[in-house]
Amino acid sequence: MGHAGTVDRMDAEPEDAQRLATEARDRVRFEEDALALSDQVYRVARHLASSREDADELMQETYARAFRSWRSFTPGTNMRAWLLRILTNLNIDRGRRQQRAPQMQPLEANDYFLYDKLAENGDGISDEEQVVERLSQDDIVTALSAVPHDFRDVLVLVDLGDFSYADAAQILDIPVGTVMSRLHRGRRILKRELAESTLEEAT
Amino acid sequence: MKDPCAHCEEMMQPYLDHVLTDEEMRAAEAHLAECVDCRRRYKFEESLRIYVRKATTEPMPVELKQKLAALRIPLD
Repeated sequence: MGHAGTVDRMDAEPEDAQRLATEARDRVRFEEDALALSDQVYRVARHLASSREDADELMQETYARAFRSWRSFTPGTNMRAWLLRILTNLNIDRGRRQQRAPQMQPLEANDYFLYDKLAENGDGISDEEQVVERLSQDDIVTALSAVPHDFRDVLVLVDLGDFSYADAAQILDIPVGTVMSRLHRGRRILKRELAESTLEEAT
Repeated sequence: MKDPCAHCEEMMQPYLDHVLTDEEMRAAEAHLAECVDCRRRYKFEESLRIYVRKATTEPMPVELKQKLAALRIPLD
């Protein structure tokens, strides 16, 4: 309410004009920075969402919101984490979470479960990297989408998005200890899913 | 197949995440140096992580990129 409605921007005080110009410049820079990160954000969004279509919508909603609320971003802080915080909140709010009944049985044996299964199936292991390549890309994408959301969110942020435990905790608004336990559990569930799909293919 | 070394299994995730203390790191490496089974499993885990990253990388559709750019708020 600094000036009456009849006063348009041309007549504004020079300081106001200056302020507006600075703000416009800051906003353009913000938008450009955010768009430059979109590939990296999508990489994570694609697997936080349940499908490509969901990821597509989620990205658009996230960027629409980010462009509207750009002022709440603190320059110099981690913009990718800021964008993903918006995105994960939208993902939860929209009730997109097609929560599978939590599969707690059988418990995912131990960390070596998948390795052991692949080794059993093969002709003896010569090279660990070759063993991994027995898994198809589709197997991996499908197995990842089968990991329940709470675990998958953490797994995707840390293992695909390269976020630290602390960043993931901030993005999801959960304690770091919870990030660690969900991450370990999520990795085990992923491996169990992979082991199951490998066994199905083998029979 | 020998029973996996329980302690080594416990250390594997934090080891690969680089969050062990220096002392724990030394202990894990000392064990890995002498235990073939654990070494192969660590190597497998590491390869798996790299492979999962590769397999899940999907380029963003060009149309989506254009849609995002169109969401920018025009300067008035």
